[in-house]
Amino acid sequence: MANSGTQAMTGAEMVVQAMKDQGVEVVFGYPGGAVLPIYDALFQQNDIRHVIVRHEQGAVHMAEGYARSTGKPGVVLVTSGPGATNAVTGLTDALMDSIPLVVFTGQVPTFMIGTDGFQEADTVGITRPCTKHNWLVKDTANLAEVIHQAFHVATHGRPGPVLIDIPKDVQFATADYMPPPKAKVSHYQPKLKGDIDAITRMVEMMETAERPVFYTGGGVINSGPAASQLLREFVEATGFPITSTLMGLGCYPASGDKWLGMLGMHGTYEANLVMHGCDLMLNIGARFDDRITGRIADFSPNSRKVHVDIDPSSLNKVIRVDVPILGDVGHVLEDALRLWKARGRKVNKPALAKWWKQIAEWRAVNCLDYTPSDTVIKPQYALQRLEALTKGMDRYITTEVGQHQMWAAQFLGFEDPNRWMTSGGLGTMGYGLPASIGVQLAHPDALVINVAGEASWLMNMQEMGTAIQFRAPAKQFILNNERLGMVRQWQQLLHGERYSQSWSESLPDFVKLAEAFGCKGIKCSDPKDLDDAIMEMIRYDGPVIFDCLVEKHENCFPMIPSGKPHNEMLLGNADTQGVIGAKGAVLV
Amino acid sequence: MSPLNIKQGSTSHSAYDLRDPNGEVIEQHTLAVLVANESGVLARVIGLFSGRGYNIDSLTVAEVDHEGHRSRITIVTRGTPPVIEQIKAQLGRIVPVHEVHDLTVEGPSVQRELALFKVAGKGDARIEALRLAEIFRANVVDSTLESFVFEMTGTPEKIDAFAELMRPLGLREIARTGVAALARGA
Ligand SMILES: Cc1ncc(C[n+]2csc(CCOP(=O)(O)OP(=O)(O)O)c2C)c(N)n1
Ligand SMILES: [Mg+2]
Repeated sequence: MANSGTQAMTGAEMVVQAMKDQGVEVVFGYPGGAVLPIYDALFQQNDIRHVIVRHEQGAVHMAEGYARSTGKPGVVLVTSGPGATNAVTGLTDALMDSIPLVVFTGQVPTFMIGTDGFQEADTVGITRPCTKHNWLVKDTANLAEVIHQAFHVATHGRPGPVLIDIPKDVQFATADYMPPPKAKVSHYQPKLKGDIDAITRMVEMMETAERPVFYTGGGVINSGPAASQLLREFVEATGFPITSTLMGLGCYPASGDKWLGMLGMHGTYEANLVMHGCDLMLNIGARFDDRITGRIADFSPNSRKVHVDIDPSSLNKVIRVDVPILGDVGHVLEDALRLWKARGRKVNKPALAKWWKQIAEWRAVNCLDYTPSDTVIKPQYALQRLEALTKGMDRYITTEVGQHQMWAAQFLGFEDPNRWMTSGGLGTMGYGLPASIGVQLAHPDALVINVAGEASWLMNMQEMGTAIQFRAPAKQFILNNERLGMVRQWQQLLHGERYSQSWSESLPDFVKLAEAFGCKGIKCSDPKDLDDAIMEMIRYDGPVIFDCLVEKHENCFPMIPSGKPHNEMLLGNADTQGVIGAKGAVLV
Repeated sequence: MSPLNIKQGSTSHSAYDLRDPNGEVIEQHTLAVLVANESGVLARVIGLFSGRGYNIDSLTVAEVDHEGHRSRITIVTRGTPPVIEQIKAQLGRIVPVHEVHDLTVEGPSVQRELALFKVAGKGDARIEALRLAEIFRANVVDSTLESFVFEMTGTPEKIDAFAELMRPLGLREIARTGVAALARGA
């Protein structure tokens, strides 16, 4: 189907042809006046599947789910004005979490730009700060080249969303199509290989470190499955402990014995204390986010730090490191591993043994422990059962944002990369349902579960219609505490238990809602019924809305309060009295 | 729970020791940014500064290579050394930015700004303004019986100094271009 030589076609046809040449299989979109020519071109072909959503925000999150679970860019097509502005939250989400997207927006014709035309918005202006790059194409002759450049920019270096704004007259006009090999992309070529001297210094430090830790993040996942493989080999060979950020879960298997669990604000006791007490921190593709560092001045005070990142602006941005290494995680790990082996596979064995002994003591605290109940479903219990009953299955998890998200990160185990899709940087409620549809469409036979909170889920619940229309059997596992649980937890700890607007009032009957959409609804409130209900959800051949009524006032622990260092962690309710000072309350 | 006391490490070498002792000192730097002259590129650069809370003391831009469609943006900014490093890294990340040069650290450079001054006055003040303009090598580019427009090229400091002298002599308006700068030598 690849196009050879030059060929005249309309701008709208170019969009479709360029998508085909870029290997696009599916487009998530919503039509409108300013993209009618492109929809017409889509109508007249069968190679690219179009998924019609119910709201443009849903389209972008679906594309994110698709992208993160496949490693390929997600593609979105929306109209001008409100279509474009509705996409803004998704674009910002993708920018924060480094998800490659190519978003096409329609625009009023070039001769009307600037006249406040119907459905005109300054789309490139609005989206400039929330895309990696964007283009307004004013001439059909440039369109194909810009599209090929856009795919290149979205997927090279630190991935991210890009946007192409196409006025309607540019879609109608005819010009010669430029196939991908002819497009000029040479200028944007981020460095992949790390500096070998810096890598050597990293290896030297690894040879002598007494208390090392691998602190890994989404960069490992974005670098591709080979990077995760190299990381695993490195961890096994050195025997160093490893933790991951929320975005990095799955780069090292949760069942591995070097695994400490997630770190950060709701990370495990052992992971955070290892970060605090280590003498060598190997940051592989993470970015010292404030959810990770806590109070900067007290962050891991006795360690030397190595930071591998493909984005030069991430290096020394938040934490000054001893050895910054600019490059792709996969390339750097490959060089480092080869070098470490060639130098005799040295590690400081006696010190490591002591370090692991210390870690065992921290692990013994059993920080994820909670008070069980036989009368009410504890959210942690629900996730433990979900984990047990889906273990070994071809499983993908998405989440919404809130307590349920943190519990999912704590209680579900990820064995492989690209299996966990969550809104990390932006924390976008309403991400999980559409993302689960995007994942399911990319992996039709897999078990896809959105672990949701009832409040987040309502934010994009219209997308159930999309799930049903496209037979995406994604399961909506709602941990319904009838609260904006994470907000309520902060109000309890920081605002004198004044629960201002953190109730979920007038909730729908989720079972009836499922029936109204045309899928299955399951409600469960008794721990004794939970296993059967989960099995019923898994076995059902189609989307399910599972209303899991859980304990309403459960708090998510451990928790490092804002503005506190890693070693001042709260482990349970007993720890929480008056712990967060006024200074911490200012932080989010 | 009481805060845990982690045993102090045997490594005395902390990352924080690496911190530049002058880390909190505010420095002024002149950056030359070479960009593809595509629409919106200036908005990207300015948006970066406002969005991330960096300072712009002066900014000039013009296409310098008409065939290659390259523009040169000269930015005078200020910040602590880590912030200056971050500004350069962030600029480098903008897709149409081809090169970022920190003229303040890359060696000696020449910095020039052009300014126009409108000075109105009569009698001794008018004569004094003209005399000072000669000393500063400012050109008269417009004159009426009651006013001059002086044109002057120089460092920002020289222009500041001239403006100070003109103020009591009837300075009405100033137009300044902002700094253009080049590294010295070949
Ligand atoms: C779009 C958006 N608005 C507001 C917030 C702030 N916020 C974070 S968590 C949360 C509550 C989420 O409630 P729910 O989805 O029921 O999850 P729970 O915490 O109860 O598990 C809110 C309002 C957000 N993250 N995103
Ligand atoms: Mg809730």
